[in-house]
Amino acid sequence: MKPAPFDYYAPESLADAIALLAKFDDEGVEAKILAGGQSLMPMLSLRVARPEVLVDLRKLAELHYIRDEGDTIAIGSMTSKRAAEESALIRERQPLFHDATMNIGHLPIRAHGTVGGSFAHADPAAEYPAAAIALDMQMKAVGPDGARVIGARDFFVTYLTTDLAATEVLTEVRMPVLAPGTGWSFREISRRKGDFALAGAAVLLSLAGGRISDSRVVVFAVNATAVRLPAAEQVLRGQAPGEALFREAGLAGAAEIEEPIADVHASADFRRHLVSVVVARGLAEAQSRARG
Amino acid sequence: MAQLHRVRLTVNGREYEREVEPRMTLVDFLRHELGLTGTHVGCEHGVCGACTIIKNGQAVRACLMLAVQADGAELRTVEGLAGADGLHPVQQAFIEKHGLQCGFCTPGFLMSTVELLEGTTSPGEEQIREAIGGNICRCTGYQSILESVELAAQKMRAGQGS
Ligand SMILES: Cc1cc2nc3c(=O)[nH]c(=O)nc-3n(C[C@H](O)[C@H](O)[C@H](O)COP(=O)(O)OP(=O)(O)OC[C@H]3O[C@@H](n4cnc5c(N)ncnc54)[C@H](O)[C@@H]3O)c2cc1C
Repeated sequence: MKPAPFDYYAPESLADAIALLAKFDDEGVEAKILAGGQSLMPMLSLRVARPEVLVDLRKLAELHYIRDEGDTIAIGSMTSKRAAEESALIRERQPLFHDATMNIGHLPIRAHGTVGGSFAHADPAAEYPAAAIALDMQMKAVGPDGARVIGARDFFVTYLTTDLAATEVLTEVRMPVLAPGTGWSFREISRRKGDFALAGAAVLLSLAGGRISDSRVVVFAVNATAVRLPAAEQVLRGQAPGEALFREAGLAGAAEIEEPIADVHASADFRRHLVSVVVARGLAEAQSRARG
Repeated sequence: MAQLHRVRLTVNGREYEREVEPRMTLVDFLRHELGLTGTHVGCEHGVCGACTIIKNGQAVRACLMLAVQADGAELRTVEGLAGADGLHPVQQAFIEKHGLQCGFCTPGFLMSTVELLEGTTSPGEEQIREAIGGNICRCTGYQSILESVELAAQKMRAGQGS
């Protein structure tokens, strides 16, 4: 299992990287960006991907940062997931993103895999796209025509497909800090810890006067992209929190999923069942962390 | 054949320089170009952890990286663990607690453990499980590996005290 031959470039700046991507695009040469390689390398070794050229972003120090912008946290796309997991800023001010990070693979995968790579790769079972939809994150991309910002809802298109053009580099992901009093949960069910999830949920919950004033329920690993479950949120609105309500919301959410993924790991029915369980557990955990 | 690229890096404190095809993985580079066959090749797609090495202070998969990506890096492999005065305490602990049988996965477990214990010599069980959770062993059933890591931590604590 060895990658097929390709040419390799490691540009020194973002501008050079984009110029290279544009040049290959013009020439009809298939070029792929290489970030941490933790998804691309297996695809090259299995020869699922056979690009003619790799453009390695490792020298772009300008894309390595975790920045406190007050109400927003900005992460440079080449920041490693391990750096994200070790960031006190993220752990304290956006714990949902921290918990999502801790569910990704294993430590050595997080050490070399980048934050941006997980967004660009857009695996249906990946944690970050669910966090992105739950938090209304924004993705910044730079291409030959300049920079643009893409909201999470438009960014993830389908299996392994995003809104990014072949000539665009994802440079930054941006998230709001958690609003005071909001409860959060990020959990998943997998056969062993570190395995890809069979089903997972990202949940936000706000209380006012002992009732649920607002909620956000997003699940992943069950459809081509992470999906929000408005039916579950509808069940919760204005209600007093409790285990029975959370179970009902989980069932309502599970019922509204169209054609859950069925594969060797879990049938469609089993995945639907897991959604109801993981959503109910997530809501209970979020409630325990909410104030108001 | 694709154009060759120069790779300069250090492994266990020694500098190496070679010209390689970009498609060569780092683990193949270590084994075939440098003759350092202690790092094992298992699944070749990042799942088993047999090829775990330490790159710039962090445990990583050598099969999920191209040699050209490691240009300028400082690497540590299992060959660098034993010193003039004998085995590394982590190696010694794996022997004493039967943390291996066939030994195929062992270099990866050792490097994951070394990174953990160089950061803290008093890890909790959860921390140990997190550090070695990405390594697969088909012989031991893991219990003796957990005990090996705990004993290694003890040995390293004792070493710091002396
Ligand atoms: C054993 C194992 C377990 C794993 N478990 C999980 C898991 O539980 N959850 C999970 O989410 N992931 C998991 N992963 C995948 C891992 O998180 C990858 O690191 C991640 O999906 C891709 O990030 P990367 O930096 O390695 O990107 P690469 O592998 O380098 O790139 C992936 C794709 O994204 C594109 N790309 C990368 N960066 C950019 C950019 N800045 N702009 C535009 N395009 C870009 C590349 O061209 C490529 O198509 C696992 C991987 C392994 C090997």
